[in-house]
Amino acid sequence: MATTIKREQTFEKLFSGITFSAAFLILVIIASIFISLFRESLMAIDSFGFFGFVSSTAWDPVREQFGAATTLYGTLVTTILALVVAVPVSLGIAIFITELCPKFLKPIVSTAIELLAAIPSIIYGMWGLFTFAPLMSDCVEPLLQKIFEPIPLFGQLFTGVPLGIDILTTSIILSIMITPFIASIVRDTFALTPVQLKESAYGIGATRWEVIKDVMIPYSKTGIFGSVIIAMGRALGETMAVAFVLGNKHAIATSLFDASATITVTLANEFTEADSDLYLSSLFYLALILLGMNFLLLAVAKMFLARRDK
Amino acid sequence: MKNLLLVLSVLLLLATSSFAASTINGAGASFPYPVYSAWAFQYQKDTGTKINYQSIGSGGGVRQITSRTVDFGASDAPVKPADLNEKGLLQFPAIIGGVVPIINVKGIDSGQLKLTGDLLARIFLGKINKWNDPEIAELNPGQQLPDADITVIHRSDGSGTTAIFTSYLAEVSNDWKETTGAGKSVNWAVGIGGKGNEGVTNYVKRVKNSIGYVEFAYAKRNKLADVRLQNREGGYVSASFASFKAAAAGAKWQQDEGYYLWLVNAPGKESWPIAGASFILLAKDKTASNQQAIKFYDWAFENGDEMAVKLVYVPLPQNLKEDIRSYWKANGL
Repeated sequence: MATTIKREQTFEKLFSGITFSAAFLILVIIASIFISLFRESLMAIDSFGFFGFVSSTAWDPVREQFGAATTLYGTLVTTILALVVAVPVSLGIAIFITELCPKFLKPIVSTAIELLAAIPSIIYGMWGLFTFAPLMSDCVEPLLQKIFEPIPLFGQLFTGVPLGIDILTTSIILSIMITPFIASIVRDTFALTPVQLKESAYGIGATRWEVIKDVMIPYSKTGIFGSVIIAMGRALGETMAVAFVLGNKHAIATSLFDASATITVTLANEFTEADSDLYLSSLFYLALILLGMNFLLLAVAKMFLARRDK
Repeated sequence: MKNLLLVLSVLLLLATSSFAASTINGAGASFPYPVYSAWAFQYQKDTGTKINYQSIGSGGGVRQITSRTVDFGASDAPVKPADLNEKGLLQFPAIIGGVVPIINVKGIDSGQLKLTGDLLARIFLGKINKWNDPEIAELNPGQQLPDADITVIHRSDGSGTTAIFTSYLAEVSNDWKETTGAGKSVNWAVGIGGKGNEGVTNYVKRVKNSIGYVEFAYAKRNKLADVRLQNREGGYVSASFASFKAAAAGAKWQQDEGYYLWLVNAPGKESWPIAGASFILLAKDKTASNQQAIKFYDWAFENGDEMAVKLVYVPLPQNLKEDIRSYWKANGL
């Protein structure tokens, strides 16, 4: 008897030790990634400083002048535009599936959306380059240009030659890629809305639209916010699909039809052939900034959620 | 349990060491990867020695051989003689490639448009931006040049192709040299970037009135409309096996500089002006594996030409092969 208890105690200890080290390992890995990125970028940090690097629009490998402003700008603009397109569409999908969809169609639509998330990003890239970009440059973009370009100020967004290799195409492809993440998480949180809440709202005469707007969406706010953050992380880090359709141009774009560059695409495009030490170090510096940015984003999101829960 | 681990690790060690004896590891440039792997396949059939070549990019190839983690490195851009000495490396060319400007202008077929290097540089700088520019028209009497804007298409990723192309432009145009310079990726004045040769090809095919540049093999296989260029001697040549070979044969290769040479604007009446060699790098201190590596390249120089041509690569001219063999001998290999 005593031996079994003892054995169980050792097992308990061993088990908690194993789980602790598994959890601790994550911290070690994250810390080491930060440290090694920082070490590799030291040379660029020494040469350009932080504000100098972040505010400089130079990217000239031949003269070894590097700055992060253009790629940071490209990363943020494409991500924000993708969210602007994806969030309303995903909410619509989630509402349709939970509230309006006929029963027999539900599993079909749900599976189709989950399948969208399973498509590898290189497929999106190739489809974007060979199918979607030509469509954009031949049909969609000239039409947009015709309608919006005459409008003062706003028209600036639609100037240039519509080649289909630009911020607009990229943002739309990104939005297609992140839609399943937002839609399926929001669908699940919608489904968690207590039936009693909904029933009582219907009971006092609320319409379906009012139930969705005033009961389900407020109840699922945290879930919606969380899904947007996850989708944002995905959009910020997306590489292969963007590499094919954004053009990798290091300049601040003022039109939706301009080519641009994001941090991850610059890394993917230029890492293998970066031959000088400062060039390589600057690429590492870009990676460090991206990681720091993602980290900050996540921290802000967590803080926001913690405050809401109180 | 412990014993089992020990036995396993000993077995593993034995396995890797016997494996290493018949394997040569190389890494670097992606441009020559198809031809190197075709050679390696045949070489293993003929001799039993395995060549393991990883196409990780030229920059990576130079770094790996510098840190001695591979038996040979490969680079599309030659390493400077001073760097070779500092890093203790040997260098020789193994295969010729080159770059061809391609266009998409209605009514102008392959080989019908003539350009000089200076005009090409000014087009890629955005200083000449209409196809019916008087200077282009003067060179091409009888061609129907449209009154349309030129769209420049370049590579978006760092590449040896860009390095060769920009080296050529820097060689023939002072303006280019001062504003943009030469490198695997440069700060382009105008145009949009396509990823890889296939990206540039796709854009040029699709965008009307565009001009881009691709690897010779790529232009040849896809039958793209190419441009005839003026070479150093003033003649206009098309990109072909003969004109690339002429460029390589006429160039002044220097053994004592580790064959450091950009094969652009090479002398010779028939020479194509935008050629480039892909180079192999060896570590001076690794004699045993070097001997294995040069045995492979010696075999490839002897038996590999046909395979290379089939894959649309330009083999080295005979005089250069002999010169490289004497370079090996001079370095005790």
